[in-house]
Amino acid sequence: MLKAARVSRPIRAQSRRTFATVQDPPVRRYGGLKDQDRIFQNAYCRHDHGLKGAQSRGDWHRTKDIILKGDSWIIQQIKDSGLRGRGGAGFPSGLKWSFMNKPGWEKDPRPRYLVVNADEGEPGTCKDREIMRGDPHKLVEGCLIAGRAMNATAAYIYIRGEFYQEASHVQQAINEAYKAGLIGKDACGSGYGFDVYLHRGAGAYICGEETALIESLEGKQGKPRLKPPFPADVGLFGCPTTVANVETVAVAPTICRRGAPWFAGFGRKRNEGTKMFCISGHVNNPCVVEEEMSIPLKDLIEKHCGGVRGGWDNLLGIIPGGSSVPILPKNMCEEVLMDFDSLKDAQSGLGTGAVIVMDKSTDVVGAIARFSHFYKHESCGQCTPCREGTTWMMNMMDRLAEGRGHEREIDMLLELTKQVEGRTICALGDAAAWPIQGLMRHFRPEVEKRIASFRAEHGPVMFGGRLRNQTDPTLAIPDNLGGNLPV
Amino acid sequence: MCAVTWDFCGLGRRGISATAPRQADITLTVDGKEVTVPQGSALIQACEAAGSPIPRFCYHDRLAIAGNCRMCLVEVERSPKPVASCAMPAMPGSKVWTNSPLVHEAREGVMEFLLSNHPLDCPICDQGGECDLQDQSMRYGADRTRFHEIVGKRAVEDKDLGPLVKTSMNRCIQCTRCIRFANEVAGVEELGSTGRGNDLQIGMYVEKTMNSELSGNVVDLCPVGALTSKPYAFHARPWELKHTESIDVMDALGSNIRVDSRGVQVMRVQPRTNDDVNEEWISDKTRYAYDGLRFQRLTTPLVKQGDRFVPAGWEDALIAVADGLKASGATGDEIQAVAGHFADTESLVALKDFVNRLGSDNLALDQVGGTAPPVANVDVRSNYLFNTTIPAVEDADVILLVGTNPRHEAAVLNSRIRKSWLHTGLEVGLVGERVDTAYGYEFLGTDAKALADFIAGKGEFAKKFQAAKKPLIIVGSAVGEHVDGAGVYNALAKFVEKNKKTLVTPEWNGFSVLQRVASRTAAYDIGFVPSKKASTTKPKFIYLLNADEVDPKSIPKDAFVVYQGHHGDLGAQLADVVLPGAAYTEKGTTWVNTEGRAQLGRAAVPPPGASREDWKIIRALSEVAGSPLPYDDVLTLRDRMWEISPSLVRYDITERTSTELALAGLKALAERTAGAKVTGATFQKPIANFYQTDPISRASVTMAQCTRSFVQGENYGFSEIGKGSEAAYA
Repeated sequence: MLKAARVSRPIRAQSRRTFATVQDPPVRRYGGLKDQDRIFQNAYCRHDHGLKGAQSRGDWHRTKDIILKGDSWIIQQIKDSGLRGRGGAGFPSGLKWSFMNKPGWEKDPRPRYLVVNADEGEPGTCKDREIMRGDPHKLVEGCLIAGRAMNATAAYIYIRGEFYQEASHVQQAINEAYKAGLIGKDACGSGYGFDVYLHRGAGAYICGEETALIESLEGKQGKPRLKPPFPADVGLFGCPTTVANVETVAVAPTICRRGAPWFAGFGRKRNEGTKMFCISGHVNNPCVVEEEMSIPLKDLIEKHCGGVRGGWDNLLGIIPGGSSVPILPKNMCEEVLMDFDSLKDAQSGLGTGAVIVMDKSTDVVGAIARFSHFYKHESCGQCTPCREGTTWMMNMMDRLAEGRGHEREIDMLLELTKQVEGRTICALGDAAAWPIQGLMRHFRPEVEKRIASFRAEHGPVMFGGRLRNQTDPTLAIPDNLGGNLPV
Repeated sequence: MCAVTWDFCGLGRRGISATAPRQADITLTVDGKEVTVPQGSALIQACEAAGSPIPRFCYHDRLAIAGNCRMCLVEVERSPKPVASCAMPAMPGSKVWTNSPLVHEAREGVMEFLLSNHPLDCPICDQGGECDLQDQSMRYGADRTRFHEIVGKRAVEDKDLGPLVKTSMNRCIQCTRCIRFANEVAGVEELGSTGRGNDLQIGMYVEKTMNSELSGNVVDLCPVGALTSKPYAFHARPWELKHTESIDVMDALGSNIRVDSRGVQVMRVQPRTNDDVNEEWISDKTRYAYDGLRFQRLTTPLVKQGDRFVPAGWEDALIAVADGLKASGATGDEIQAVAGHFADTESLVALKDFVNRLGSDNLALDQVGGTAPPVANVDVRSNYLFNTTIPAVEDADVILLVGTNPRHEAAVLNSRIRKSWLHTGLEVGLVGERVDTAYGYEFLGTDAKALADFIAGKGEFAKKFQAAKKPLIIVGSAVGEHVDGAGVYNALAKFVEKNKKTLVTPEWNGFSVLQRVASRTAAYDIGFVPSKKASTTKPKFIYLLNADEVDPKSIPKDAFVVYQGHHGDLGAQLADVVLPGAAYTEKGTTWVNTEGRAQLGRAAVPPPGASREDWKIIRALSEVAGSPLPYDDVLTLRDRMWEISPSLVRYDITERTSTELALAGLKALAERTAGAKVTGATFQKPIANFYQTDPISRASVTMAQCTRSFVQGENYGFSEIGKGSEAAYA
């Protein structure tokens, strides 16, 4: 993995002379997105978020022409732009949207839906709410264009219940757009009929999973569905559906307007575009900022957040993509680029682009234990490994945060995470397992130190957390409780 | 009621197409073995077909796929993660391994998680010995536990589902089979899951009992001991039981059952799979009325002396009957035999032969108007059979119910209608008393006039019926007992004749009569019906064979009455001599179900006391009465049955009546009932209390509890059963 990271790192290449005296291309450094290239001009809500303000920023400008270009043109634009889903998984959006237009889709009498996932619940992530608060028209217009691309009849925006102001702004934008004839029976005068509905969720993290979101939208318990069938075949109300993140949808109009090459000009190959990053934690200036993909993590923090609290050397580790990706220690944070591939090579992930910075004052084991609490609480309970595994992992993490455990239990915990990972219906099991794996990969000595100090204070700890000196000495202790292990 | 909504599976209530088109077969490789399965099969079915067993908890052939237990994970080529084989369609050419290290490890992991919150109470668990979790953990689980957390295991409050299903929710592994059964098959849509994550609980949001005739099936479905049988609690272990495959007689469906007995006692009744009859469900009465076999039994012949019954030996009792016959002076049609609900085919044949030998044709049925010739012309079989056959009900696209509530008259058949209603565009119409059928229906009216309107083509439903490709009319057995019965039959016969293009074709016979009594079809088959002349004769000697529904007023005061049966119910009270027979679990006899399907019941336990198999009693009596019947063993008797109608001994199959014959039968029926007047009296449902319809269920304590709990809606504290300390059962 390090090899791959090294290849992608923008180090100065050795200019080696070959037969042809061709200059090596200059090394490109990513980052430093110019203001005119920012898609979300009103992310900080400093201007009018209404229709007028949006139009002054270029929204709804010749949307009719884009719609009239047709579905395959829009999808080709998105494909060329290299846009990958901004919800975390990073699936190429153009390809995903094209699944809706399988050969012979015209003969299918069912309605078709675009569902926008605005149930932004990932801890650390707050990009979509800024978009919906400041640039709701970008989202509504994006719905229309993405909807046109997949020949959808309507879009449902499933917004997190806690986002009250955001929901009002989006609703206001929908109402304005209807009133102005931008969406509705004859959207933008193009003859294409398209409706947009807003639905407020009730505050379950799992409803951010696409099929659980569909279930929730249908009025059922938000429990992920089995795939296959994929939503593109059988989705909302049994109809072809595509679920897309707010950011993915909202950037589509600008891509179509400014052209795919413009968007593809940012970031490394296969990771093109701009991205909203939300940096929180121990930085001097936590913020949400739109930046070029592939910006080095260190640059991102230094440039936009005023650096780590107490200087870069005070850094302990960074979670680069929201609570569900593994943590990176300081030395790796210096190297990685903020894009899908680089972080994947670093055994982490871009996720939603929610950077959680932790300085040396952080109780990193406690922090990951808190994540385990979160996943235990948000597990839907449908499938066994996640239902039972998240609880078990939470209990073990709680003990390890205190040091109340046996060193062998670290490996057991890792084994448990492997038993959950990839065995569940949806990705929540993976998301619960990864932070723990990341912690043990990079901070295992810290955990071991705690176990040792707890043992020094309280004497031997048996498997499961019972203290040996609290057992009845007149009773034999079974060997499988680890009470008699040397250390 | 008519607008019951159902939304459990993702596809919504109704699919797009009515029937799944037959698809081609596909071939794939499982564990290196090539296997061919129909397209659309799940991977788990393909693995089964290849002979590789897949452990599972949530998957069940007859329920929707949940895919949540994750026990059935297998390795599929080019899939980085193990795949849940129950939820994955089998793909042509794919390579599957069910025995690889990855699969072993995955199963062991899932098993560890399942056991981590499962109490270790197997020694006091009723599921022990037939527990999927127990069996599979032995085979696929690890050999030791790693779960030692000080916080301990999950504790869940037990739910009260009524007097039949005992819950022990700590043991629940959340496979949701019970939820899916309740929602899809039984129509109890309240049962669901509340809470999430580790707090996910099975139950009803507002606590109530599981009010369904099929609720007992969740006990079979539960792979662990979370749902067990309340009446059976702590009574026996599965390895102590002798299994006898038999036939149920609580309704006319002839559900296939397995009678589990220990010594001379029936300990429980379980369903047996038969896709043509009951799939693998049975009704609660079938399952739980068995304790009625222990109470109120007639164990010795009784002879009335004065106003008291005096126990007697068989010889004395039979002589008393013969003497009574002589003393009553009954000759010819004055000798009446009444066939009750539980009369088996063999004894019906013997009794008919016996009475005929005595010169009588007075063969009555134990029902309202049973002493008169039946309204429907029973000379042609298709006039009283469920011609469509039970599995074919699922093919119907419109069903008209006339004077019947299938939910109570044939609960398992009702689940088929519900299944079809859920998954296809089936429309149901009802003429008769309004009932909760567990599916939506169009209510057409309560009387024969509403039916006349339907036949005249009035209303939306009549148009749908006309447009249907496979319409089905289900006529309740109570219609024949109704004052307008003749009129209704006449109208229906003419209607079917008129619409024979869709209703009676070589592939489809949409005119079906739903019997509700186990013995009735056989009685019609052998002609156990009175002649016109006999029906007007006042009987002097009455032989009640299992007849417990007779109106005491219909029996002349001076008549000599013999009751033969197994329960001291109404019939025995009226008798001068009581001859104790065997109940259905105690004799190997033939039962003909409402489709005309002959099935062989088998004896699980011996008849109690001095009671004997019924046909033998009649055979012995014939000897004493001086006109011995010509069969000495059951095989000769079955030869006699073959003479009467070969279909009686062609077991396990149904025979179609040909189109011509069916139409001729309807024509005869129409002629016979021509000119019948229609009064417009409302149809009454024949079964007011599903749980108590016959001597066995009336003697059953469990059924009495069900009556109080489900019918009267009272909670008499039965739900305390199972809530007390386990020591109370020691």
